[in-house]
Amino acid sequence: MRLERRGDVPLRIIIFAPFMAVLVALLIAAFLIAAAGVNPLTAYVELLRGALGSRLAITEMFTRATPLILTGLAAAVAFRARLWNIGGEGQFFMGALVTAWIGHSLALPGVLGIPVLMVAGMAAGAALLAGPAYLRLRFGVDEVVTTLLLNFIVILFVGLMIEGPLRDPLAFGWPSSVPVDRDFRLPDLIPGTRLHTGLLFAIAAAGAVWLIFARTVFGFETRAAGLNPTAAAFAGVSLPRTLMGVALLSGALAGLAGSVEVLGVTAGVTTTMSPGFGYAGIVVAMLAALHPAGVVASATFVATVFVGADAMSRATGVPSFIADVIVALCLLTMIVALLFATYRVRR
Amino acid sequence: MIEAIELLWNTNLWAAVLRIATPLIFGVLGALLCERAGVLNLGIEGIMTMGAMTGWLTVYLGGDLWVGLSVAALAGGLMGLLHAGLTVPLGLSQHVSGLGITLLASALSYYLYRLIVEVGDLPPTIEPFRPLDIPVLSDIPILGPILFSQTMPTYLALLSVAVIAYVLARTPLGLAIRMTGENPHAVEAQGLNPMRIRIGAVVAGSALMGVGGAFLTTAAFNSFFPEMVQGRGWICIALVVFASWRPGKALIGALLFAFFDAYQLRLQTAIDGVPYQLFLMAPYVLSIVALILVARRAEVPAALMAPYRRGER
Repeated sequence: MRLERRGDVPLRIIIFAPFMAVLVALLIAAFLIAAAGVNPLTAYVELLRGALGSRLAITEMFTRATPLILTGLAAAVAFRARLWNIGGEGQFFMGALVTAWIGHSLALPGVLGIPVLMVAGMAAGAALLAGPAYLRLRFGVDEVVTTLLLNFIVILFVGLMIEGPLRDPLAFGWPSSVPVDRDFRLPDLIPGTRLHTGLLFAIAAAGAVWLIFARTVFGFETRAAGLNPTAAAFAGVSLPRTLMGVALLSGALAGLAGSVEVLGVTAGVTTTMSPGFGYAGIVVAMLAALHPAGVVASATFVATVFVGADAMSRATGVPSFIADVIVALCLLTMIVALLFATYRVRR
Repeated sequence: MIEAIELLWNTNLWAAVLRIATPLIFGVLGALLCERAGVLNLGIEGIMTMGAMTGWLTVYLGGDLWVGLSVAALAGGLMGLLHAGLTVPLGLSQHVSGLGITLLASALSYYLYRLIVEVGDLPPTIEPFRPLDIPVLSDIPILGPILFSQTMPTYLALLSVAVIAYVLARTPLGLAIRMTGENPHAVEAQGLNPMRIRIGAVVAGSALMGVGGAFLTTAAFNSFFPEMVQGRGWICIALVVFASWRPGKALIGALLFAFFDAYQLRLQTAIDGVPYQLFLMAPYVLSIVALILVARRAEVPAALMAPYRRGER
């Protein structure tokens, strides 16, 4: 018996893989829930009810999915070119910080101001990833470590700014940055809920990324560079230029996530505003098999787990960290599922 | 400014350097062992968290401190086995699998901690390792309190450097490990099984990472809390590169890093008017600078991150 690589993986298998992965992950997590003395089925029903059981729950879930779509796209874009951007968390915070910073005192009408602030957030995220990409190209420094270390540096920097120059004098308790001007808040998508029009921007971004990869020379070159750098270079693709382009795009998407979260939800920046959106984005991207349309679906799934787990935890007493366990398990089961999707067993 | 220099004469600072270096020494040795066999182990951050939790929990539930360290090693080894299983026989991306291990091991640690331990306002504590004055030697002025009044795990870490260095450089096993990281096909040609060697190295390396994490909760502090590993795992991955994959240099790197960390902590109180975050950033910034300095002449194991498939070139 041996494994043989499929020449062409049928779409139905690629679509089937994440469902298998999620199923297996939920099965494994069921043992951990049972260890808490709770019937896993009850827990999962509570989880679903918590995320999808009411109109309010669904809007909360989509509010959570919005930044996840964008950080998921950031990871998917980078991973396609084998640029290991693990710095989504830092880029998210940088985008958020710059947006709040400029958005506090920008003298523009709202309609003009919102796009300006989003572009500023994207530029901040892109700039943050351009550094590690440059270090890899110029000195051969592995970007995994640099992007990871930058996450810690950026969060400390955010802390420094919101306790110093950007401190909101009106905020009580935990330090927060000054809020963006009221005119620049994204309008609610459904009035009376937290769901904002940022979701539409996130979905539009997924569409744009899909277009870039499916229809542009840059997208094609990126795919080629990711699949086989040597062959791509031989065919005339400039690897440094492609890699830098990917870094800017990926960083911009993660920065946009931070920007949209500030404009749509938090208004000001705190060091606790992200429950690991950047890291979860990696799982979102992998579950989507790095496909932009898949990212929207898998971000919805991951958001369901996160939002649902909080409600489930309140109802059953299972620690809400089970959400992180499920999501992490999904990443591991997904890469195994993808392996079996791309190989077949020959006797 | 004068105060900043005076700090350097303080024996407490230098004693703290060894203490801060201890988890890094375990971690960097673990990462080095994995990478010397050809497997990048980005699970380190989560494995250290898992070691910190399981080691602490064992003691909290009535186990001996040494049993705690052993359980941490076992937990780390198990996570390593999972990483090895995914990356060696299955040949999956070492980057993605490693990150998955980190996410899983951290989440699992927090989950189990919450499940088993009743947490009130303050995290519960244990009786940690006490500094051990080595008779006679600890009475030497200056050097005594710095080198010979540490906790037992610190001495164990220093001993591990020597053991790993010896095993890698001077034993057939070490040769096999190094060869697996350079050219697994040559290992196969010698009648050895490169897959087994890789799995063994990753499990052993991960066990060391687990012990490094446990040092945090059983010697440096006396409780477990989320995010307590604070990127130490990632710093170890940087230190391995800085050390050119050599145990002796890894020790120097860990000590250097620990010196900066200990020094910045004391500078925070000595120098007024500078935001404390700038000091906290320094160790991370320095790690990146160190990487840039050595990257050009790094002697990367040739088969690092290259999955081995039998009979495939």
